Formats: sequence, C-alpha cells, structure tokens
Amino acid sequence: MSILINQNTRVITQGITGKTGQFHTQTSRDYANGQACYVAGVNPRKAGQDFEGIPIYGTVVEAKQQTGATVSVVYVPPAGAAAAILEAVEAKLDLVICITEGIPVKDMIELRHKMRSANSQTLLLGPNCPGVITPDELKIGIMPGHIHKKGRIGVVSRSGTLTYEAVAQLTELGLGQSTAVGIGGDPVNGLKHIDVLKLFNEDKDTDAVVMIGEIGGTDEEAAAVWAKDHMSKPVVGFIAGVTAPPGKRMGHAGAIISGGKGTANEKLEIMDASGISVTRDPSKMGVLLKSVL
Amino acid sequence: MKIHEYQAKEILRAYGVRTPKGIPCFSEAEAEAAARQLGGEVWVVKAQIHAGGRGKGGGVKVVKSIADVKSASSSILGMQLITHQTGPEGQLVKRLLVEEGAQIDKELYVGMVVDRESQSVCLMASSEGGMDIEEVAVSAPEKIHKIFIDSQQGLDRKQAIELNEKIGIPHGSSEKGADLFEGLYQAFVDKDASLAEINPMILTKDGDILALDAKMNFDTNAVFRQPEILDMRDLDEEDPAEIQASKFDLSYISLDGDIGCLVNGAGLAMSTMDVIKLFGGEPANFLDVGGGATTEKVTEAFKIMLSNPNLRAILVNIFGGIMQCDVIAAGVVEAAKQVDLTVPLVVRMKGTNENLGKQILAESGLPIISSETMADAAQQVVEAARGDQ
Repeated sequence: MSILINQNTRVITQGITGKTGQFHTQTSRDYANGQACYVAGVNPRKAGQDFEGIPIYGTVVEAKQQTGATVSVVYVPPAGAAAAILEAVEAKLDLVICITEGIPVKDMIELRHKMRSANSQTLLLGPNCPGVITPDELKIGIMPGHIHKKGRIGVVSRSGTLTYEAVAQLTELGLGQSTAVGIGGDPVNGLKHIDVLKLFNEDKDTDAVVMIGEIGGTDEEAAAVWAKDHMSKPVVGFIAGVTAPPGKRMGHAGAIISGGKGTANEKLEIMDASGISVTRDPSKMGVLLKSVL
Repeated sequence: MKIHEYQAKEILRAYGVRTPKGIPCFSEAEAEAAARQLGGEVWVVKAQIHAGGRGKGGGVKVVKSIADVKSASSSILGMQLITHQTGPEGQLVKRLLVEEGAQIDKELYVGMVVDRESQSVCLMASSEGGMDIEEVAVSAPEKIHKIFIDSQQGLDRKQAIELNEKIGIPHGSSEKGADLFEGLYQAFVDKDASLAEINPMILTKDGDILALDAKMNFDTNAVFRQPEILDMRDLDEEDPAEIQASKFDLSYISLDGDIGCLVNGAGLAMSTMDVIKLFGGEPANFLDVGGGATTEKVTEAFKIMLSNPNLRAILVNIFGGIMQCDVIAAGVVEAAKQVDLTVPLVVRMKGTNENLGKQILAESGLPIISSETMADAAQQVVEAARGDQ
C-alpha cells in the first residue's frame, strides 16, 4: 500500500507538449511502472497526435473516457495553469498534481472557491510542488527517482530539494519510503500537511512520517495540533527558515514571515509541544526518524 | 512588488476612493509650485519611500506657509530616512508627495490581505487608526474586525456598512465608508494586489471618509499581466544585488552575515542558512539558483556574492536531482576562473552524477574544500570564514 498513487494509477499529463512536460513525462515514464501508468496527454490543438506513443486528447474529459485515467499532472505555464486544474476538477478526476510554479494567487483563490462551492471531491496537490512518488511503483513529478527506496516511511514537505535531502538520508540509513509527497511552496494550495498526515495515519504500510515545513502561514501548526490527539504513528519534523528575516519572500511565494506570524521557531515550538520530535539540523532528519522507530 | 504611497493613491482614486488632493514632486521648486496649485492654508509634505514608519522618522511634516513647504521639502529630499522598516542605514528620499491638509475627526485602520487559511481576501478594520496594526493585534485583538470575502460574490454591501459602524463611523458616513471598502477591494482584485493598507483612513469634521495614507503590494507572479503596475516599480528602492540577481532569474536576498551560500531550491537554501547559523556562522545571503542552473547563472551568482565587501567564505550546497552535479561542478570551476575568487570555497554535492561532479572539482586544481554532509559543510565554511580573519 501507499497513499495517493500506486502502480495501478493511470495518469493524464496536461501540458505534455511543452518542453518541461515532455522532459518530465519521459523521465517519469522510465521510472518503475511508468510505461503502463502514463496513458494520455491533453492539448486541444494537438488532439489526435501522440507524444512518443502516448495519445493526445483535446480535453481531460475525453482523455478520462478513453483511458480510464483518474489522476492528472499539470505542467501548463502559469497564465493558464489554474484553468487547466479546473478542467481536471470538472472532469471529476480523483487527484490533480500541479507542478507549475508562478501561478497568480488570485487565480488560485478563485479556483479554490470554485472547488469548494461545487463541493468537489477532487484532491489537489500543489501548485509549485515537486509531485508525489511511491517508490518502485510510480513517480508523478520532477523528483529524481533513483534516490528513493521502497519502504515504510512517509515524507511530506513544502520544498523540493529539501525533500530529496530527507529522502536520501532515509535511503542511506536503509529506511525506504511508502510515499513521498511535495505539497508545494505557494500560499494558496491544495492538500496541506494535515491532510497528508491523515492519509499516512490510515495507511497500514506507513510506520512513521517525516514532516518538513518552512516559514510562512500556519499549516504546520494546524497539522501538529491535529497530530497530538489523532496521530498513532511517530512523526519527526524540521522547519526551514530559522534565520530568514521577516517580510522577505524566501524564494517560495509562501515562504514569508508577515505580521510577526509564521516564524520557524513558533512552528518548532508547537510541533515539539504536540509530541513531534524536531531537529534544527537538516542533516539529522534521517537519524532522528530512525531514533523514534 | 512594492510601490509608493502617491502611486497607490492614484490607483485607488480610479476606483472611487477619496484621498486628499496631492501632487508628487522631485524637487523643492516642484514642491513649492505644487503647494501653490493646491491652495489652502495647510499642507503636508511626505517623503516617498517604500518603508513604513515615515512620520516617526521625520519624513512627514505638516506646514502652514509656502516658505515652510520649501524648507520642509529641502530638509526631507535627500535625507537618509531611518524607520523601523529601513534598517539602520535608512533609505535616501528622492520623491515627495505634497498634499492639502485635512480636518481630522477620527483616525481608523483598514487593511486587506490574502488569508491563507480561508483561501480568500480578508478585509480588516479597526478603530485604532494610525497605529501599527501588529501592535493592536497583540494589545487589543478585539478591536480588529474582519470580513472574509467570497471571490464569487464580492464584498457584501450590508457587511461593509456594518463593519463601518463596528469601528465607530457614525451612521451618516457609513455609506461613504462602504464605498471606500468596495473601491479598495475592486482595486485589490483587478490589480492582483497581495496587500493593501489605508492607515489611517479618516473621518473628516464634515463627515467625509478619506484615505490619508495608502500602501499597496502586488503579487510578483501576476505582474506579467499588470504592465501599468510594473511601470510603477522604483529600482532606487530595491537592493542592487537583488536587482542584478533577478536579471538572471536567480532568487537572491541580501543578509547581514559574512558567509555566502549558493544552493538549488528554496527550502534547501533556507536550511543551508540555518545550518550555518547552527554552527556559529552568519549567512550573507539567501540564493536559490533554481532548477535549470547554467554556467552563466552560476558565474553571475558568484559575482553577486563576491560584490559583498563583508564576504569571508562561500558555501555551495547542491542536491542534484534533475540538475546534474557535474553540470554544477563545471559551472563552479568556470565561475572561479572568471571571477577573482578571493575567499575560501566549500562545496557539498549530493545526488545525480555526484562522483563525476567531485572529480571535476578535484581535477580543477582550485583550492576547493569538499564536504559530504550539510552539517560538515557548514562547520568547514564557518571555520574557513573565521580562519581568514
């Protein structure tokens, strides 16, 4: 088992014909069961064509009907990305993973309002995220597949390379991963730490979780408070940005301390008080996880 | 992205928000002419810089004669205005706003932000105008009233009027207050703002509602579709190193320390700063070279770091995912040849083609200190920075 995706997931790629979409579709298809999982692409102007044997459809609805796919990954450029996500939501897919960085916040606010008012059951991961991987089964996104190892540790993070850092530490210690999830660095997004913790808590093949956060917002705090009363598995955590100055956007649109809120120390204190073991040394994430097993 | 007060007021006026009459000025002579044009007996001369707290720093003067407009302008223009937001070095004042004086009865606070939790725009208002809202949030949170705005429905008129009455606007003026809230919200949405503040919003003695000050920040992800906002950018207000970095699509932020960092990925870049601090050092910058770093980008990143006179050592921390370590290594070697590398360089590389990358660095003959883990790299670079002193 795993969360969100496995080897039986069938995937539509939105933005398959762009440079980024092409490159990551190739590398994702080459990983584990990717050949069978990547079944469709979408581009209204190239319907009827194919990308290296993957058929291209005009709409997400058509791609879903023709292939039975239930998940899509979005590489569409920022100006059109929110509309692409909405198309997948309206096609009632189970999960949409948006890799695109730089989507205007207003577009995301409008999209999330539409999803809520339609009571949509579609889960959104991202935007501005590396994607999700279930090692040895399926990789959807831009993470390097080879650093992962199949196993029983869940990983959830707002950052890309910092997730890879954690995964590599786990793999070096012989601790494989059930699923590694990047929720993305934008202020208005889909799945949050708390949602992914809930999924890991219910997954019988996950034994413990590494939760990685960063400055900005209060998602880590909300997840920690929930975990205190509900999480039956050990969680360890790290928060990036202890040294970040207030009011400055640290690369990610969501990584900003505003109005004195969202500091790393505040998050670390609440996590610690909620029974999550935290470290301030990012090179110790793997060792810390091993110590709580 | 930030703009000046006078620019924010221009935008808001187009949405029906009333402000005192005012004219932006770049010289004492312009200020004098502006005061004459505005007429009246009281004027306010306001420094235009992007930081807040201008009044306390001596950047805002209320004057009652044309002669005083001139002297206030001459003392404010060219001053290094120091506020709690500028840092100790202050900010050079190059622009002024000369406005007509206002008859203030009450000062109130209005702000608008994107609320991450509810994923909507939040309108905040308080009777405590003119104060730092962060202080009010701590000392008297019950005095801050909020409306979370549904992006499909827009701002509800009835709620807007009620909000006015909650903050002490008399019944006769609450329609005018609601007009201001509506104009502010429409401007916020249309222009892709990320933050707006009218502090203070005033009730005048004859019952008018005016924006006495205005601040607007914009979503940098959306400036591609807001050309008129982009035209308002004032590069004099931005850090030269950060401007240079943005030309090469590098995400760079200047800090006060002496250890430069070059990292791929925002989260890893922040963690690298943190781990330097953990081992007793101080980071000189945040720098994310992004996913598609080329030799050109890496070289430029080195140049920007080396332009900092405080720099004593550099730490390169790369996790090769899609980006290959050998490509970064070649970039580092090339950059080190092109620039005069005057400080110790510690490199930690991990991931795709790690060994090839290390080999390139070793064979380059450059005095590079190679490291295996983030903690080890941080220790080495802190030591190197100290050893140099």
